[in-house]
Amino acid sequence: MAETLLRAQSIHKSFVGVHALKDVSFSIRRGEIHCLAGENGSGKSTLIKIISGVYTPDAGHIEFDGHRYSRITPIEAINLGIQVIYQDFSIFPNLTVMENLALNTELAANRKLVNWKRIRRVAEEALAKINVRIDLDAYVGSLSVAEKQIIAISRALMFNTKLIIMDEPTTALTKKEVRNLFAIILQLKERGIATLFVSHKLNEVFEISENFTILRSGELVATGSTKDLDDKKFSYYMTGRTFESRRFVPKTVSKDPIFEADRVGIPGSFEDVSFALHGGEIIGITGLLDSGRTELALSMFGMKPIREGEFRVDGTKVELTSPRAAINHGIGYVPEDRLSEGLFLPRSIGDNIVITELDSLTKKFGIVDAERRDEEIRTWVGNLAIATPDPDNACQTLSGGNQQRVVLAKWLANSPRILILNGPTVGVDIGSKHDIHTILQELANEGMGIIIITDDLPEVVENCSKILVMKNGRIVAKLDAEEADEQKILSYML
Amino acid sequence: MTTPTLLKKAQGIYRSDRHVWRLIIMIALWLIFMAITRFRKFYTLINFQTMAAQFPEFGLMSLGIMLAMITGGIDLSVVGAANLTSILMAFLLINLTTATGGLPAYAIPLVFLLAILLGAAFGLFNGLLVSKFHIPPILATMGSGELFTGICMAMTNGNAISKFSRAYSRAINNRLFDMIPVQLIIFTVMAVIIWFLLSKTAYGSKLYLLGTSPTVARFSGLKTDRLLMQTYMISGICAALGGMIMLANYNSARADYGTVYTLQCVLIVVLGGVSPVGGRGKINGVVLAIILLRLLETGLNRFPKISSYYISLIWGGVLILVMVLNYFTENAKVKTTNT
Repeated sequence: MAETLLRAQSIHKSFVGVHALKDVSFSIRRGEIHCLAGENGSGKSTLIKIISGVYTPDAGHIEFDGHRYSRITPIEAINLGIQVIYQDFSIFPNLTVMENLALNTELAANRKLVNWKRIRRVAEEALAKINVRIDLDAYVGSLSVAEKQIIAISRALMFNTKLIIMDEPTTALTKKEVRNLFAIILQLKERGIATLFVSHKLNEVFEISENFTILRSGELVATGSTKDLDDKKFSYYMTGRTFESRRFVPKTVSKDPIFEADRVGIPGSFEDVSFALHGGEIIGITGLLDSGRTELALSMFGMKPIREGEFRVDGTKVELTSPRAAINHGIGYVPEDRLSEGLFLPRSIGDNIVITELDSLTKKFGIVDAERRDEEIRTWVGNLAIATPDPDNACQTLSGGNQQRVVLAKWLANSPRILILNGPTVGVDIGSKHDIHTILQELANEGMGIIIITDDLPEVVENCSKILVMKNGRIVAKLDAEEADEQKILSYML
Repeated sequence: MTTPTLLKKAQGIYRSDRHVWRLIIMIALWLIFMAITRFRKFYTLINFQTMAAQFPEFGLMSLGIMLAMITGGIDLSVVGAANLTSILMAFLLINLTTATGGLPAYAIPLVFLLAILLGAAFGLFNGLLVSKFHIPPILATMGSGELFTGICMAMTNGNAISKFSRAYSRAINNRLFDMIPVQLIIFTVMAVIIWFLLSKTAYGSKLYLLGTSPTVARFSGLKTDRLLMQTYMISGICAALGGMIMLANYNSARADYGTVYTLQCVLIVVLGGVSPVGGRGKINGVVLAIILLRLLETGLNRFPKISSYYISLIWGGVLILVMVLNYFTENAKVKTTNT
């Protein structure tokens, strides 16, 4: 039972003088579910890549199945039974489920002709192994993230797999889908397949893993049984900092609401949504991925104009038909997907910060006032403690947490009165997450009205003074902060 | 000790703006080559003045394509728009030509003003297709380019329109202080305006950001439709001015003038370092590329053995070569940032 499957021994790896990994050792037993945690840049990815043969360690070695290897190639790793499921899944969106599943074996067998019957059989068998049903003829591009992931997993299982490494598999999954994934991982365990689960989400680490390993700045800070771990220790291991978690209590709430939704709706997405936001409040809107929360968020920012009901700012009806209109009414929006919606990644940090207020930084004829622009950029880089040597650097050079600060800066620079944040801390490390929460609470205390849309329940409970739960496009519960806890919210969500 | 550091410094300068330095080196090499092989035929004042009068035709069109390409699009209708403008203005000039074969004083400012308005209208048409109807720019402008050319054909039956006063051509073929061709002045004014727009105004910053990511631009509250329409309008104006210069240089207008310019202008813009996927590119590179192409073509003409029919072959080859070179430099960058 306690037979060791994988042992990494004193792994060192550096890239041009920077130590990515320093003397890291840990081991995984056969059939074990092991969680590898750490902030961005802690060396998690490097470690995975060494185990799967993408990188060669500078020193140290790996033992797998009783054999010792000082270096392996990716093909050797696959032949040994090590499979990695990356975040992008490496599947073909333009092919069907069946083709994706069978492609590897077909290619490996070096077949020249296509036998559709055989391909269908192979694909059916692959999905049957983990007891899931997905339409074999569907194009993979049309599937949900969770379904794509299942395909990637079942494809990985078609080989004689002993260890599956999943790189942050839950990032884009809904709660329900995470449960399904965990069920699959438990099935794998029964069949003796070990899982190395990379995550920085605390609740997941507790829920699924038996043992854990935490890296920080390339060094192993803790490894052991998850039973001995608690919230405080986890955050401390991850960041080297201790955080006191305190619930947000609004200090000064404006008498009249500054933003109201009155029975607003878009047929097919959400309907009959009403709420009032006062200055100084933080409202949390939560729900599953398909609950209509994202559509509601987009409609408040004018990206998807509402068809029914009305929005009011300071008691006056407003037509939010475009983002510009929303901005003109003092609304800011931090979008769900920082990378594709929030930031011009190849452009400079400065460009990104001033874009929404650029028109107000001009002299005559739309000429940009370079001095005021630079001043504005310096101010916000300082205010939000964005860690960069030079605001002329491209945004893509920043870590997730710092990128999210840039998105915040971009909106705060426009001095909105109402700030809507869709998933404000998705993919952000714990330290930055804490800082962002602090910033939001301070902003609310200065009188801003804030709406957070998220499915991160601890985030909702900790930061929001009012909580709206959405399900199937409707608000099914309105809770006050005092009466809300995660279990209660969850019971309304599902 | 000093040579390696000097070399490193030179390398640093080169890498700070690869595209521009690559062009400067290519121009220098070509000028040296011409100096060695055909010095007396190439290095004459009149030769350089002729070149300076010729390149603004396609130079202006290239500027328009550059703007469209920075937004992530392209404008393939420039030649069509240029010819349609010049034909319409040729008809107007015929009507304005007096019995003595001259032109009234207001004629030239009037035709230029109208040409600018026409160009803006053609561009607006493209802009509407791209922004409101979401037609991919390459198809929208290819379609409108054919449409413009078709209208030209229908109006002229493919014949040249030339029976207007020579005064127009003479005016444009003047030289300021007997030195600088008027065509060059028109080009320079337009280039300076566009440089100013791109590097000093909010419009320019927004254009680059729009080209980097249209989605983020929308989420940032940019009026993307308006930006696109403005951009294609400026491109249309550039094309129309190019058409007015062709009208002067050939002293006539015809539906199929400048048909090789489409490819040539795309080549110039890419050669000048504008990213075909949008968001990157500077006008100095494009201007250098325009000059390089003119020097190449004029230089080649000094070799009677090389037929001018080879020009397209050379342009096509150079375009592909530049793209391949860009691929390698981009990849080198990716590699260095990864490690």
